[in-house]
Amino acid sequence: MLGSLDFDVITRSLPYVLGEGLRFTLTLTALATVFGLTLGTILALMRLSGMKALSVPATLYVNLMRSLPLVLVIFWFYFLVPYIGQFVLRTERPVQVGAFASALITFSLFEAAYFSEIMRAGIQSVARGQAAAGSALGLTYRQLMQYVILPQAVRNMLPVMLTQTIVLFQDTSLVYVISLTDLLGAAATVANRDGRLVEMYVFAALIYFVISFGASLVVRRLQARMAIIR
Amino acid sequence: MAMIRLEGVSKWYTPQFQVLKDCTLSVAKGEVLVVCGPSGSGKSTLIKCINALEPFQAGSIVIDGAKLPDPKTNLPKLRSRIGMVFQHFELFPHLSITQNLCLAQEKVLRRGHEEAMAKAMMLLERVGLTAHAHKFPGQLSGGQQQRVAIARALAMDPIAMLFDEPTSALDPEMINEVLDVMVELAGEGMTMMVVTHEMGFARKVADRVVFMDGGEIIEDRPTEAFFGSPHSARAQTFLSKILAH
Ligand SMILES: Nc1ncnc2c1ncn2[C@@H]1O[C@H](COP(=O)(O)OP(=O)(O)O)[C@@H](O)[C@H]1O
Ligand SMILES: [Mg+2]
Repeated sequence: MLGSLDFDVITRSLPYVLGEGLRFTLTLTALATVFGLTLGTILALMRLSGMKALSVPATLYVNLMRSLPLVLVIFWFYFLVPYIGQFVLRTERPVQVGAFASALITFSLFEAAYFSEIMRAGIQSVARGQAAAGSALGLTYRQLMQYVILPQAVRNMLPVMLTQTIVLFQDTSLVYVISLTDLLGAAATVANRDGRLVEMYVFAALIYFVISFGASLVVRRLQARMAIIR
Repeated sequence: MAMIRLEGVSKWYTPQFQVLKDCTLSVAKGEVLVVCGPSGSGKSTLIKCINALEPFQAGSIVIDGAKLPDPKTNLPKLRSRIGMVFQHFELFPHLSITQNLCLAQEKVLRRGHEEAMAKAMMLLERVGLTAHAHKFPGQLSGGQQQRVAIARALAMDPIAMLFDEPTSALDPEMINEVLDVMVELAGEGMTMMVVTHEMGFARKVADRVVFMDGGEIIEDRPTEAFFGSPHSARAQTFLSKILAH
């Protein structure tokens, strides 16, 4: 059986699978992480603000997002975002945002819910006295968060944040439902076209593994360097 | 003229629990006030109110002309003018010692980095920690951390300093190195309000001693008079307990 395998198909399709598929996957992962983390941090601060007008909507949002399957949200947003755009921008027709923008918005909004829970735990892990000490020096709320609380929260949460990013990296493969070509999609296309299912899926799995595992090694070293000396 | 003046300050944590009861006191410029009293009597809450770290529901506080509560008072600015030292130091563990001293100078007072750094090094020399400037808080002993915390507060050129049990989290052999810095500060004419049970320190530098119990100021008297003959039975009991050992 192994004799009938043709691993040349991988070499031949490399520019397509890596140049288009993997590049798409990494771009989407990176952008959705940045936006998701930013929005997630804002949501976490809203939940911890002690002001009902802020904490209730944030809590509802987080719980809603976390109880829906991602693939459903992707699908939904693909159809809904143009109409939401129309409503927000008050245009005459639904706003065409394109599949990539739609996917990016979806992943950012979805991941924000998870990142917000991570950041919330991170902020709560910073000793209470730190906020008092920062305020006592005259730092404003914003400065206190920016220079004292969030840097410590992020350091404390680095491993969990990485795990979440790896999950996101793998979840981006769900964009096949809106016909976008990511790493897995590109591999699948070649696999079907050339009838080389085993080779291409093994190859795709290998890339996912190498990147996920490599990222966890990098972060372990990073964490050692950034760790707070106690 | 009073640098800090509290007038009938009352505070409730819950409608049922009144933590401060009609507290009135004043601290003159250059005066050193020691506050003592049993655990849970409201000492920490009282000094947090002065620094606007805790709100209060009745009464008023005036600090060098700035009034609390008053929507027109800029709270961060007020806090930046009053130094505060905590029981557990509360240095920022992710920042080096010099960064701890420079952060608020640069972000709040808008000093340039060079100027902030010069001030930081001058203060570190003063508390005897120049050699540790590049280290992180976790690499210092408790006594050293508390001296850094005092230097961090002084870097803001405060008009008054508040201390909340600055030595009670320290191993006994480190208490004096911190008290020495505080004695020196008092000698230079700094206005100070110190929550402490170090009665030796109180006798040496305090102008007045305030005794609190159950959220009330029970006694507020010149140091000699307080130690000579505390009026209240509660203060007598308290003193006999902490002076016993
Ligand atoms: N954030 C808070 N919420 C509710 N009760 C508090 C809070 N902080 C302190 N207390 C209570 O208020 C009382 C006074 O506390 P505190 O001012 O810390 O006293 P002290 O410093 O004299 O030991 C204590 O009974 C304490 O349990
Ligand atoms: Mg206390």
